[in-house]
Amino acid sequence: MTRASKRKSDHQTSESVKSVRTDSVRSASSKAAMKLQERIDELYNKYANTASAIIDPEGIEKLCSDLQVDYTDVRILMLAWKMNAQKQGYFTQDEWRRGFKALKVDTINKLKKTLPDLKKDVLKSDNFVDFYNYAFRYCLTEEKQKCLDIESTCILIDMVLGFQYQPQVDSFIKFLKIQSDYKVMNIDQWTNFLRFCQEISFPDLANYDTGEAWPLLLDNFVEWMKQNANVDSP
Amino acid sequence: MTKSKKLRKNNVENNVEAMEQGWAIMEEGIAKLKNILEELESQFSSEEYMRLYTTMFNLAGRNNIDDDYICQQLYNNYKESVQAYIMSTVNPSLRDKHDEFMLRELVRRWSDHKVMVKWLSRFLSYLDRYFVVRKKVESVKDLGFSCFRDMAYGEVKHKAKDAVIALINKEREGGQIDRALLKNVLDVFVEMGKGEIEFYTDDFEDAMLKDTAHYYSRKASQWIFQDSCPDYMLKVEECLKTEKNRVSHYLHSSSETKLLEQVENELLVVYANQLLEKETGCRALLRDDKVDELSRMYRLFHNIPKGLEEVAKIFKEHVHSEGLMAIQMIEDATCNKTEKAGGARGEHALMTTFIELHNKYSAYTTGCFCNNAVLHKALKQAFESFCNQVVCGTSNADHLASYCDYILKKGGSEKISDEAIDESMDKIVKLLAYISDKDLFAEFSRKKLSRRLLFDRNVNDDHERLFLTKLKQQCGGQFTSKMEGMVTDLALAKENQNQFHEYLINNNAAIPGMDLTVNVLTTGFWPTYKTCDLRLPAEMVKCVQVFKEHYEAKTKHRKLTWIYSLGTCSINGKFDSKTIELVVGTYQGAVLLLFNDAQRLSYSDIKTQLNFEDDDLMRVLHSLSCSKYKILKKDPDSKFVSPNDYFEFNSKFTDKMRRIRIPLPVVDDRKKVIQDVDNDRRYSIDAALVRIMKGRKILGHQQLILECVEMLSNMFKPDVKVIKKRIEDLLARDYLERDAENPNLYKYVA
Repeated sequence: MTRASKRKSDHQTSESVKSVRTDSVRSASSKAAMKLQERIDELYNKYANTASAIIDPEGIEKLCSDLQVDYTDVRILMLAWKMNAQKQGYFTQDEWRRGFKALKVDTINKLKKTLPDLKKDVLKSDNFVDFYNYAFRYCLTEEKQKCLDIESTCILIDMVLGFQYQPQVDSFIKFLKIQSDYKVMNIDQWTNFLRFCQEISFPDLANYDTGEAWPLLLDNFVEWMKQNANVDSP
Repeated sequence: MTKSKKLRKNNVENNVEAMEQGWAIMEEGIAKLKNILEELESQFSSEEYMRLYTTMFNLAGRNNIDDDYICQQLYNNYKESVQAYIMSTVNPSLRDKHDEFMLRELVRRWSDHKVMVKWLSRFLSYLDRYFVVRKKVESVKDLGFSCFRDMAYGEVKHKAKDAVIALINKEREGGQIDRALLKNVLDVFVEMGKGEIEFYTDDFEDAMLKDTAHYYSRKASQWIFQDSCPDYMLKVEECLKTEKNRVSHYLHSSSETKLLEQVENELLVVYANQLLEKETGCRALLRDDKVDELSRMYRLFHNIPKGLEEVAKIFKEHVHSEGLMAIQMIEDATCNKTEKAGGARGEHALMTTFIELHNKYSAYTTGCFCNNAVLHKALKQAFESFCNQVVCGTSNADHLASYCDYILKKGGSEKISDEAIDESMDKIVKLLAYISDKDLFAEFSRKKLSRRLLFDRNVNDDHERLFLTKLKQQCGGQFTSKMEGMVTDLALAKENQNQFHEYLINNNAAIPGMDLTVNVLTTGFWPTYKTCDLRLPAEMVKCVQVFKEHYEAKTKHRKLTWIYSLGTCSINGKFDSKTIELVVGTYQGAVLLLFNDAQRLSYSDIKTQLNFEDDDLMRVLHSLSCSKYKILKKDPDSKFVSPNDYFEFNSKFTDKMRRIRIPLPVVDDRKKVIQDVDNDRRYSIDAALVRIMKGRKILGHQQLILECVEMLSNMFKPDVKVIKKRIEDLLARDYLERDAENPNLYKYVA
């Protein structure tokens, strides 16, 4: 606010009536911005842990119930992505502000209403790759952790890709549970699975070439699929 | 003014007159010439010649270069005369004759024409010198030839061509023809071109080639069904020979390649596959070792495009199946018998069979296939295809290493001559080229070499070094460096032993208590041996101590690790009946010495006292109590050692020999060797990948794999899946990264 008034004082002498009017508009909008910020912060404090001043898992659970969205719903993950939250299960004030500002909402109801739009936004291809990779990193809880255990991966992949590529995801999860070569998945394999869903025709897998730089995990998956296809067909 | 006009008019008038007069004389000459040609008159006399020549010369001399009236007239008249001659005499005579007669007439007429033109051009030589050059027209001779070509030859060339071709075919069918006549006729065709060959090619050769193609196509379609492959090939060879002969006798030499090409095309190219695939074809010839026929086949197919590809393919398949058959025979014969009986001989049988096969088919490639590269490649691929199969449960790298071991052992005990060893080594190295797991061979060889160097009494240093040199030539220094180090170590060991003896002599305090020989081995060169913390008996401890002192005095900064599993000792066994010298391993010796202080010991006693591991101790005790020589009595007297057994010194033992060896059976560590080599390969692949990426900075996936395989090819053939795994590992360890735009591209991370 002080900054805005400073500006006003600098320009007031040399500017015309027009500029005074825009300045007043600006001051009005900046007043509105301040109010928005306040409401966002207020909302933040509603869920934050009073001791640490950070929203912890308990707070998130409360947020979810207020939004009438399940804790494990992908939309929470999308919200985390919009906030660029770093730690799974926690939102800091900066992250909260970032998310809400980006979504242009300041109440729970507005947030609830905007969730479908958020989903649409994420599904836009440019954003989706970013979101997809973010989802993996978000789940790496330890510092310097590079891999995610297979069980968590299965859950995550269903959540994040299930609605778009259900058949691929279902088969892949089935395979991951059966195979024993890999106990964890790394970011490279994760990233390539999305590319797999996007590029390879399913379920015939006709254009998959093992000679290309696909991770071995996916080579094994394709081999398993082809073996099972032969078994199933009469 | 008028004066000069008049003069000129006179000149002109004179010229016309002179021309008329002069040409009249010429006409007489021409008439005489015709008669000479018809053999109605004899040659020109010298006066007649002079008269004609001078008349023309003078006439030409009157020529005014402003209008060239005289020369032009002469030129035109000459042309007309020649044309008239052709029309009146030459063409009619040609028209009413056919076949051979027509050909003879053509030859005659052309030769006559040449004579005529020769004479006339002599008379009109003045024209050639100045007029022709100035006006840039054809010379007198050329003009004469052109007239013949356009008017006479032009009319008759088709008939002539057909007649010639008919005669050629008659000769092909075995008839006799006048070859000289054909040569002359074809010379006419050639000469029409005046230095260029186009008339011959256009008017004769093209048709002749087509006709030849038809002719041989008909023949081939009969022969291919009637004749066996060898017979067919003989016919082809014969045909080619005949046609070549034809060219040399009457066709123009430029026809040779084209003609032979046609023949080969119709007889071989068209029917190549059918011919090779006949029952009597390539496979049968290989099966029956028909070297001559195969040589012929090579000669014939060598010349046709892609001719040898099919032959090479059949050759490769044949060698491959021969290899597989050999393997099958040996597997049936030896692997089904007990291991002891057939095992060793089986391996050698396999290798010797491979060597024989290789000799045989190498002889083919150098002999009947004239060292051709395509066939060499086929041989190589065939051998590679079966040399890498697993036979009798283990890879051929192992078998080959065993065979080498066998040869070098035999050479050591001088059962075979030096030349035979040299030859065998050459063969071994040649076979090694086909084996893809060369690093596995190196490892097995190294293990066997160490046993030879340490345990074999008859090891021959020269042979060992010779073998390593040959290997080095074939596979590079890296391959043999460790083994060379091992051989050097042993050579040095003798010197070290002398030094140790001197030390003992000069140093009274150093008393080992028994004869001690120590071989000091350089760690990196020798295979890794399991060390165990053996608690040596007192007698041996002293020895070790003395040597340690000596060694530490000699060289600082070196750590000695004692490998007792490789040692031997001679112990006197004081049995009831007689004392027998026992030559045993150090482990066994240590166990036996325990019985100096105790009559009866349990398994666990021995284990605790000496600090052995179970598997080692079982082997040792088994060799002393359950095999051929029972030095110890075992209670209970079962076939195998168990941890509950008790052992006693068998004083009743005796043998007719005064000295016996009780070897400790070698542990089969094949699996371990294969495992070690596998691990080494992973590091090799990593190193190769990093080296390639460091150099290239950015590289596509397939290219990287190709280069990696290439780089490692002289040691082993890496599995593409394993390479992919290593790439992923390098990605995870941040040595490499994927390109953001293209996931098939890798970038080196500095």
